[in-house]
Amino acid sequence: MSALAVATGTRRGPSVPQRTARVLGRWTLPVFTAVAVGYLLLPIAVMIVFSFNDPPGKFNFVWAEFSLAAWANPIGRPGLALALQTSLTIAFVSTIAATALGTLIALALTRYRFRGHGATNLFIFIPMATPEIVLGASLLTLFVATAQEPFKSFIPAGVFFPLGWNTILIAHIMFNISYVVVTVRARIQGFDRHLEEAAMDLGANEWVTFWKVTFPLILPGILAAALLAFSLSIDDFIITNFASGLTNTFPVWIWGTIRNNMPPQVNVIGTIIFGTAVGLVLLSTLLQRRGSARA
Amino acid sequence: MGRLIKRYRWAIPYVLMAPGIAWLAVFFVVPNVRMLQMSLSEGSVERGFTFTWDVANYTDNVVRFGENFQNSVIFGGLATVFCFLVGYPLAYTIAFRGGRYKNLLLFLVISPFFTSFLIRTISWKIILGDDGPFLEIVRDILHLVPTNFSVLGSAVAVVAGLTYEFLPFMTLPLYVSLEKIDRSLIEAANDLYASRWGAFRRVTLPLSLPGVFAGSLLVFIPAIGDYVNAELLGGPKTQMVGNVIQARFLAQNDYPTAAALAFILMAAILVGILAYARLLGTEQLTGGRA
Repeated sequence: MSALAVATGTRRGPSVPQRTARVLGRWTLPVFTAVAVGYLLLPIAVMIVFSFNDPPGKFNFVWAEFSLAAWANPIGRPGLALALQTSLTIAFVSTIAATALGTLIALALTRYRFRGHGATNLFIFIPMATPEIVLGASLLTLFVATAQEPFKSFIPAGVFFPLGWNTILIAHIMFNISYVVVTVRARIQGFDRHLEEAAMDLGANEWVTFWKVTFPLILPGILAAALLAFSLSIDDFIITNFASGLTNTFPVWIWGTIRNNMPPQVNVIGTIIFGTAVGLVLLSTLLQRRGSARA
Repeated sequence: MGRLIKRYRWAIPYVLMAPGIAWLAVFFVVPNVRMLQMSLSEGSVERGFTFTWDVANYTDNVVRFGENFQNSVIFGGLATVFCFLVGYPLAYTIAFRGGRYKNLLLFLVISPFFTSFLIRTISWKIILGDDGPFLEIVRDILHLVPTNFSVLGSAVAVVAGLTYEFLPFMTLPLYVSLEKIDRSLIEAANDLYASRWGAFRRVTLPLSLPGVFAGSLLVFIPAIGDYVNAELLGGPKTQMVGNVIQARFLAQNDYPTAAALAFILMAAILVGILAYARLLGTEQLTGGRA
């Protein structure tokens, strides 16, 4: 009808090119977004699908046939269970340490004015702006140096050298501190100082105010920082590869195995980690929603 | 006690920061000083290293590994540009037209982080492999490329891997800066007869520049230092500086060369950041202040 109107030019309405432009304008971005999100999810889908593969050779790179063998035996590879255990314990310990150290720095940076404030901000930023390979490589040169004079005489063997569990933990705490500071700082900055003033006006001292008012309010920020630290730690490969020596974390184990074989167990563990993380996020969203519905 | 706190009040922030700063000083600053010293030394692990102000480690290796530096800068730069080209429309759509799907879309954008970075790269090895689904479609079904064509081992595969890897790092800061924009500014532009494109170019885009800046750095810095994508998806011709540093440190024990290369990489990044900051006129490098 309107096409006729346009064709005959009797009525004023949007012309065909105008309308095409409008339809394009409406749909280009959503379609683009769907494609981009699909691109982001594609390797995850491939990871999950290939966990059900039964590769003919040593490498799980080409689809052969459906099998549940790897799922029936997810850690059935030499060294895999130990590597996973190392990954988890290091992630756990480094998260606690980095969250504590980083939160204290964030508190100092947001609640106090002091000399060196700007310099500290910059100092916290620099490790995040340093490529991981430089962080890892420089730590390696330090650790190796402790095995030689002059350090050898006062640093006991086994602390920094030979490389292993200790050095991985040191590295993970180091790279996590800055991320914790930035995350917690963002939370504290968005918070209403009047609440604290009110508590003080009502007679609470600084200590009580901190634990009864400040801490509960910044706790979500601290938890978010801890989650971030945990996921950075468990997934880190580049720095860990420099600091690990003969000790394997899960990513280092994959890197070591991929030259000779690539078992579907890697995909199974990857899928389990993915499922757990997604499950946790969904659960926390659900709890939050229920909490806000009740409030 | 109370009086004591009052008296030494000025010391509180320093006491709070001391443990964390000390950790960074010992395990970030000291190692870099040590590496700087190493980069000016000669020797080997067996003989020990002697500090000789050996500047040749720098001058020789820039030339010797020039091709690797070139690869790093080009691949890292291309990945940053592609991340921007994909990430901006993505972030824009989520921020302005996400509606009730906003949180879901953000969740999908970060969902690659829920699985291991190595496993994702391995997935790309499967997808782009000679017998993988991508070539099966493009080569065997659509016949767009010759039968002996492969993607793995080429620069295309490495850039594709890097782009994928760091896309969320670009998208999230862009989203944050776009989301913050006061919508009434855009309405005002429209009321003043700006076209939609004009309003975007004159209002939205300039206001989102801090996000562009943050996103580009978050992509470029890890991308230029990466070696995993070049190792798993690339070939002998696509080795980046990271591959050389990694091999010199962990396989060949040639610490002085590797240390010098690492510092040249750092210097290149620093120059890049400063030039870029000047270009965009953004000075919020370090972010928050109290």
